[in-house]
Amino acid sequence: MTMTDVVRVTLPRGGAAHDVRAIKIVLHRELLRFVNDRTRMLSSLVQPVLWLFVLGTGIGSLVRDSIPGIDFRTFMFPGMIAMTVITTGMFSAASIVWDREFGFLREMLVAPVSRGSIVLGKCLGGAFVATAQGVIILALAGVVGVPYAPGLLLTLLGEMFLAAFTITAFGTLLAARMKSMQSFFGVMQMAIMPMVFLSGAMFPLANLPSWLHVLTTVNPLTYAVDPMRHAVFAHLNVPPQVDAALNPGIVWFGWRLPIGLELGVVTALALILLGVAISQFKRAE
Amino acid sequence: MSAAVEVRGLRKSYGKVEAVKGVGFEVLPGEVFGFLGPNGAGKTTTISMLCTLVNPTGGTATVAGHDVVTERDEVRRNIGLVFQDPTLDGYLTAEQNLRFHAELYGVPKHLVADRLRQVMEMVALWDRKDSKVMTFSGGMKRRLEIARGLLHSPRVLFLDEPTVGLDPQTRAAIWGYINQLRQTEDITIFMTTHYMDEAEYCDRIAIIDHGEIVVVDSPEALKASVGKDRVQIQTGDDQAAIKALRERFGLDAQIREGQVTFGVPGGEEFVPRLFAELGLPIRSVSVSRPSLDDVFMEYTGSTIRDAESEGSKNQWMKVMARR
Repeated sequence: MTMTDVVRVTLPRGGAAHDVRAIKIVLHRELLRFVNDRTRMLSSLVQPVLWLFVLGTGIGSLVRDSIPGIDFRTFMFPGMIAMTVITTGMFSAASIVWDREFGFLREMLVAPVSRGSIVLGKCLGGAFVATAQGVIILALAGVVGVPYAPGLLLTLLGEMFLAAFTITAFGTLLAARMKSMQSFFGVMQMAIMPMVFLSGAMFPLANLPSWLHVLTTVNPLTYAVDPMRHAVFAHLNVPPQVDAALNPGIVWFGWRLPIGLELGVVTALALILLGVAISQFKRAE
Repeated sequence: MSAAVEVRGLRKSYGKVEAVKGVGFEVLPGEVFGFLGPNGAGKTTTISMLCTLVNPTGGTATVAGHDVVTERDEVRRNIGLVFQDPTLDGYLTAEQNLRFHAELYGVPKHLVADRLRQVMEMVALWDRKDSKVMTFSGGMKRRLEIARGLLHSPRVLFLDEPTVGLDPQTRAAIWGYINQLRQTEDITIFMTTHYMDEAEYCDRIAIIDHGEIVVVDSPEALKASVGKDRVQIQTGDDQAAIKALRERFGLDAQIREGQVTFGVPGGEEFVPRLFAELGLPIRSVSVSRPSLDDVFMEYTGSTIRDAESEGSKNQWMKVMARR
């Protein structure tokens, strides 16, 4: 190769276009890794499917008489979508810890690009991957008596994406300080299990003892699960007393929150978590 | 032309431990500059500060004319990095790893394909571009990292122990690329090494020991400055030999690498005198021209290998003391 053949690169100075490229490539990498990792795809589906069809069927036969006109699995369905999305989103965030252990994080952090672009790309990537995973559960809707109404599917898709983005931002925030996979998964289990239990994903939040009611109301995940359940129940034909028992909504001091406000709470939370995650990465340098 | 790297009074402390104690030097544009010292001398800390990865405790440094603290992004735009530990994504292919880098650094889109092919051909990995990096050997990974470090045409390429842990063939290949780079690219290379034979390839080297720069010069000038040949002898009684050397010749000998070692001008002419006058049986003798080992010994008082085993002994003792 002679000197004239050398392709010389002059990097343009920053700017929004560069940030967008950085966000896109970080996102692209998440998708590539997800598509390449079939094991992960399968393993994060096993749990919700088990819950839905084994536990859901079991409990369903027990409570059949008290909820006439609806399959308990139909009730669990939106909760299981949320759970799939949450597990997958957390796994995506865990890859940051993995990247740190294997050095790749350093490649990202020494690049002349803002921390914000990297964190945002990561969260969007996690959100897309988790939504894709949720779509697989969504496809099972018919099996548990949820209609394939286009409006419903689109609403759920949007709500899944929002929930996925929020949880990935939360995971990213955790991952910013974690040095090993073991500790990340430890903390993740500690945070995720109670949040899922208290979110209304597994049992209805109506008529709970007041201490449990308070916990479910402060649990951010509740605000992500309720809109999904609301959307599903809007497309079902169930007696009012069953709807009240299974789909009570979120109640603040006797006031039932509109769905828009619930989604607003999740969005605000997503932005706050994202902001804190970015500042954590700025500080971690 | 201003210096590619300019460092003044650069310091870094971790708690009470001073890893780098105020170093200063300049690297000229286009040169290959080597940072030579035993493990734990402060090489990696210094390189990390120059690469904006670690904030200095004190002093200033500019790289490609930009301050490493206040103009961090400008510095990053102008440097390429190859670390001691791999920083590749094993689940992606070689090409995907490089594309990721190109996008992250904002390499103009119309140049990406050509530049990518060029750097991959340089390290002879173009035919493996579609293989996952996890299938690569250690040497291939290092070559790929060098290609990646060059992708955005950096003004300064930082190589932290680029050949450590590699087989001799790959080491030679990597030095081949470095020499090729000096001809084809307008680039300055800053590297750290603790291999004496590799330091010889550098235009200039800085010897660093215990966090301080001992001397900076070209390898030839450094060797000439020693002015003595190195003589190593094996005897039946090393202590007696050291004593005899001091008493009869006024030479200060030490045991280095298991042999009585001393420096003397005109070593070959000295050997006959040694046999005639030492008064002790000598089993073997070797005379060598000053090497960078001798330079290192001259300036730091120990060979690099001894310095490292002493360093690791100290670390071991620290570990034991902590228990």
